[in-house]
Amino acid sequence: MAVTTMAKAINAGLRKALEDDPKVLLMGEDIGKLGGVFRVTDGLQKDFGEARVIDSPLAESGIVGTAVGLAMRGFRPVVEIQFDGFVFPAFDQIVTQVAKHNARSSGRTPMPITIRIPYGGGIGAVEHHSESPEAYFAHTAGLRVISPSNPVDAFAMVRQAIACNDPVVFFEPKRRYWDKADVDLTADITSATSPFEARIVRPGGSVTVACYGPMVRTCLEAATVAAADGTELEVIDLRSLSPLDVPTVAASVRRTGRLVVVHEAPVFLGMGAELAARITEECFYSLEAPVLRVGGYHTPYPPSRLEEDYLPDLDRVLDAVDRALAF
Amino acid sequence: MTADGGPELIQLLTPEGERVHHPDYDVDLTPDQLRGLYRDLVLVRRVDSEATALQRQGELGLWAQCIGQEAAQVGSGRALAPGDFAFPTYREHGVAWTRGVAPLQLLSLFRGVTNGGWDPQAHNMALYTIVIGDQTLHAVGYAMGMQRDDDDSAVICYFGDGATSQGDVNEAFVFAAVYNAPVVFFCQNNQWAISEPLERQTRIPLYRRADGFGFPGVRVDGNDVLAVLAVTNAALAAAREGQGPTLIEAFTYRMGAHTTSDDPTRYRVAADLEAWKLKDPIERLKVYLARSGKADHDFFAAVEVEAQEMAVALRDGCRGLPDPAPASMFDHVYSEPHLLVQTERAAFETYHSSFVGGGH
Ligand SMILES: Cc1ncc(C[n+]2csc(CCOP(=O)(O)OP(=O)(O)O)c2C)c(N)n1
Ligand SMILES: [Mg+2]
Repeated sequence: MAVTTMAKAINAGLRKALEDDPKVLLMGEDIGKLGGVFRVTDGLQKDFGEARVIDSPLAESGIVGTAVGLAMRGFRPVVEIQFDGFVFPAFDQIVTQVAKHNARSSGRTPMPITIRIPYGGGIGAVEHHSESPEAYFAHTAGLRVISPSNPVDAFAMVRQAIACNDPVVFFEPKRRYWDKADVDLTADITSATSPFEARIVRPGGSVTVACYGPMVRTCLEAATVAAADGTELEVIDLRSLSPLDVPTVAASVRRTGRLVVVHEAPVFLGMGAELAARITEECFYSLEAPVLRVGGYHTPYPPSRLEEDYLPDLDRVLDAVDRALAF
Repeated sequence: MTADGGPELIQLLTPEGERVHHPDYDVDLTPDQLRGLYRDLVLVRRVDSEATALQRQGELGLWAQCIGQEAAQVGSGRALAPGDFAFPTYREHGVAWTRGVAPLQLLSLFRGVTNGGWDPQAHNMALYTIVIGDQTLHAVGYAMGMQRDDDDSAVICYFGDGATSQGDVNEAFVFAAVYNAPVVFFCQNNQWAISEPLERQTRIPLYRRADGFGFPGVRVDGNDVLAVLAVTNAALAAAREGQGPTLIEAFTYRMGAHTTSDDPTRYRVAADLEAWKLKDPIERLKVYLARSGKADHDFFAAVEVEAQEMAVALRDGCRGLPDPAPASMFDHVYSEPHLLVQTERAAFETYHSSFVGGGH
């Protein structure tokens, strides 16, 4: 066990993947000498060489497009998009090529590509550095979309993503990069929970709160506050957005009768909308209140001085919990 | 590729401040105009260093320094006619200066009180663009518009060495070429794209890329304000006369960090910076002005005083920039009413008013 930040846990996970499989290679902007703008790839080029840890030209479509060719050639590319807002030049390659290749080739050439994207706000950044574009990707068949919320999961999930034969969009909650936890850096992924399953991170009987990535910590903090008032929140870390582990959430909602979904991304057509629809279908007779969503607004991500007003916080989670209970 | 820019480098003022001549390019400036350029360079550098200090003090979220690139920016910016239009990246503080954008407006963006900062039409300068390369296509489209309006103005489009790898930038070259658009592509090759050296983006000098697209490319000493002015004048004139695009590669150096979040000691050696300090754009003009008697001690002292006064005003102005009203994030999402935005805004305002005096 070692006290490790999420950034270091992902670094350790990448290192293990590079050690375990010579076909794994990393590509991205500034991931070599600099070690990435968040230092997630720190030291990897030094230890694995420039042929396996590749500083790419400044072109996201180029990064993902060449990853497709490398995958066809039997490699397992792990590409880094420097920030959420810079994935869009690669959107065409991801949506029209990466996502569809397995189906088009009748499974003959899978696309074991991992696309790492630091995402979300809360770090006081300038435009395009704080966004949560996960719904675009979850909307696309053929892509798996996952997001760790803590260092322990991050260490396992990044390796599971790389080991997966499907393309995985791996969203890293950048404002949690510096969160620390005890991580067993010798842990094997064969014994780890599937990254495509949700996990109940705090059991409770009053209201189910489903969240992922950066919002898990926020919701756990809300649960602590709620508990002092006698309200027991059951906090579920979804971990995976595609596939979406509806059965775990449904089982919880059958116990609590209430669901609040929390994410930073805009609520309109977001993951909460999908979950609300599915839970309404599956748990209609268990629901004591409509499914409520807490998330971003239908506005561009605001300038950083306003981001606290935009981002869901403990108060907004508790407000939704109160509204769910008041029904 | 040579570190000194090679023989193709167009220069009118050597790093030692000696005025030299070039067969194809020249400028004929009055002493007043030369002193004006010096003043621009000094004040732009002061804006840059003040902003860097303000970031360190927590007044700005981030700052992208332009130190070392002042001549490239001021020289090209001063070549523009009022009706010309500039498309910047996020580092063109010197261009903004020449377009009359107040430095405080730049700071408001980096402080995080706005995602814009100024009225593009009022200054004939687009807003800063952070997504690398996107603005190059906008520039070409704007130039195509000028063409269709029979406006004999031109567009100048800024981008970095790293940006030349982006698909959009290459598409911009294609569009500009096939439509013969009146646009000047102004690439500041500052040798670095964050931590990646030029070799990660190209095997040939960047100005030679233009060949393949079918328009002229030139390499100018980006630290020589006179040469930059001359070369940009010529490219703008060609654009106005219907000769289409030119690619200017301003050969320069990013003397600071990429931004205040960056630590260049991780990827480059201090000796490079020391070598480039000897090519400083301000120093060489100062030497030339002093030696040729075009400016005296009183002039230099007056510019210093002006810089100092501007810095004080900038600091005060920055600290005094108010945070926007929270509900303003719902303003202007669309130009016409939109039901979802209206509904969310109403809920947002109700929620916030529940805190006033209430406490949660
Ligand atoms: C599409 C996109 N990808 C990545 C980034 C992150 N980024 C910001 S600046 C930069 C390097 C730009 O280098 P260059 O074009 O040479 O301009 P310079 O910063 O040197 O002025 C990168 C990779 C971005 N802003 N946009
Ligand atoms: Mg550069």
